[in-house]
Amino acid sequence: MKGNVIKYERDNIDTDVIIPGTYLKIHDYDELAKHAMEGLDPEFHSKVNDGDFLLAGKNFGCGSSREHAPIALSTCGIKAVIAVSFARIFYRNSVDGAFLLPIEIDEKTYQTISNNDELEINIEKNEIKNISKNETYSMKPFSEIIAKIISAGGLFKYKK
Amino acid sequence: MNITEKILARASDRNTVTPDDVIFAKVDKVMIHDVSGPGVIKVFDKLKNQGIDTSKLYDPSKVWVAEDHFVPSAEKISAENIVKLSEFTHQYGIKKHFKYGMGQYGICHTLSHEEALVLPGEVYVGGDSHTNTTGGLGAFACGLGHTDVAYVLLNGEIWFKVPETLYFKLNGKLPEHVMAKDFILKIIGDIGTDGGAYNAMQFGGSGIDEMSIESRLTLKNMTTEAGAKNGIIEADQKTVDYLQQRGVNNINQIKSDDDADYAKFFEYEASEIEPIVAKPYSPENITQVRDVSSVELDKAYIGSCTGAKYEDLLAVAKILKGRKVKIRTEILPAAISIYKRAMQDGLLQIFIDSGAMVGPPTCGACCGAHMGVLAKDEICISTTNRNFPGRMGHIESQTYLASPLVVAASAVTGKITDPRDLN
Repeated sequence: MKGNVIKYERDNIDTDVIIPGTYLKIHDYDELAKHAMEGLDPEFHSKVNDGDFLLAGKNFGCGSSREHAPIALSTCGIKAVIAVSFARIFYRNSVDGAFLLPIEIDEKTYQTISNNDELEINIEKNEIKNISKNETYSMKPFSEIIAKIISAGGLFKYKK
Repeated sequence: MNITEKILARASDRNTVTPDDVIFAKVDKVMIHDVSGPGVIKVFDKLKNQGIDTSKLYDPSKVWVAEDHFVPSAEKISAENIVKLSEFTHQYGIKKHFKYGMGQYGICHTLSHEEALVLPGEVYVGGDSHTNTTGGLGAFACGLGHTDVAYVLLNGEIWFKVPETLYFKLNGKLPEHVMAKDFILKIIGDIGTDGGAYNAMQFGGSGIDEMSIESRLTLKNMTTEAGAKNGIIEADQKTVDYLQQRGVNNINQIKSDDDADYAKFFEYEASEIEPIVAKPYSPENITQVRDVSSVELDKAYIGSCTGAKYEDLLAVAKILKGRKVKIRTEILPAAISIYKRAMQDGLLQIFIDSGAMVGPPTCGACCGAHMGVLAKDEICISTTNRNFPGRMGHIESQTYLASPLVVAASAVTGKITDPRDLN
């Protein structure tokens, strides 16, 4: 999985920023995508290319249970959010709904990767290759259940 | 095992569970509302396209529905969502649908306890992050997204990783002018908005024993702001009395074993807790009320599942009685049953005489949806639970989170005010 990084050097990017509350009434995915990250970067939607990765600090997606958050990001074209840590509901919504991959990295890797870097993510090897910088980092392996749900393609396709 | 582990062990047909075990737990109660409901309907549509059978729910009697976020319907999209929700409950035979303008209705988390919809020892999931609230009755109560709730509705179970439990002990009774809201803000300030992430946050001690059920619910409500999977307080005689008043008998007072394991202990002396506010833009950004008493305000908001229960309104009335508000003040009881009691007991009269506005139950401006959202640069003090950028309206508005007493005192002076400093 290859893509370019859109980096926000911030911790605690919350769901009100990812998709403001006024749009919670909307359930049309394309319409939600237009407002992704509106609380932080109203131009986000036009910046994203299909396959890009969003990079941020710790506790990404804290706040509400709104599934609109991973939906808006994935419909924009984001294939993975790479962060130092994730809030729990955003994390499981991303995986169970098969919207995007939540990838955890350490603080040093977060500091090292720059905006616009081209990355290749290999979840079998738990490895992130930075093509722009010619570096390789490790990612935190998914827990067993998460890996199984991801490989099934979401919770409904997962067989216990 | 502690109480969370015991509930999850029972729900997954195991004798014992330990933290990090992955289980499928049978779910006793499920809640959807006018945001997560249409989200679930969207998931059902996708499943139908994939050939998955969505014709029946696992047990419609275990499901209940609230209309709270965009009600009374804010505009036509939300009006259509309410219609869709009614079609859904009709199609699937869900009887417990609390419709606005048709008797009891209100914010989902408030209904969960006002209507005794969730009981101690149960596994309760809701399509809303503040589902944690109901852990104040001794249930395992956890918020989930649309896909997970859809899975529960069809299969009656859901996966959980058994959480580690953080134990918070409160010694002694909170002082006058200090409320449960101050205590939970203090905790979030201490541990941070990810300090309870993926964990259970269990509370106990003499200070919790002393507390009313509504205060316990306030504490559990904002365990969500610390990132917790669930917040929980063991049921006691107060819980039993509270539920019996609502027509429920045979209550399971499940408790932690004496030798239960906890990942970490925190201990607080109630006498040392002061009135607290969380400054913009995070619930962890706390300070003592007196440290920010020069901040001039545009508005006071008293509403939401966190801060518009009966006891919250009573605290507000204590301050507003015989006084006038200096800034725009909006008071929205969290359920019709609370609205009615506030009317019968003369609280609404006090509010209106003070110059405040009384509105219908709604999540409304708490989540920036409608009915009182903030303009650019407006500064609000609020009994709600979040103050992230844009949470209550414009991205450059500001919200200070505080207890009902602090919000009411601030409404009277127009500045952030410690209730102890009110003339």
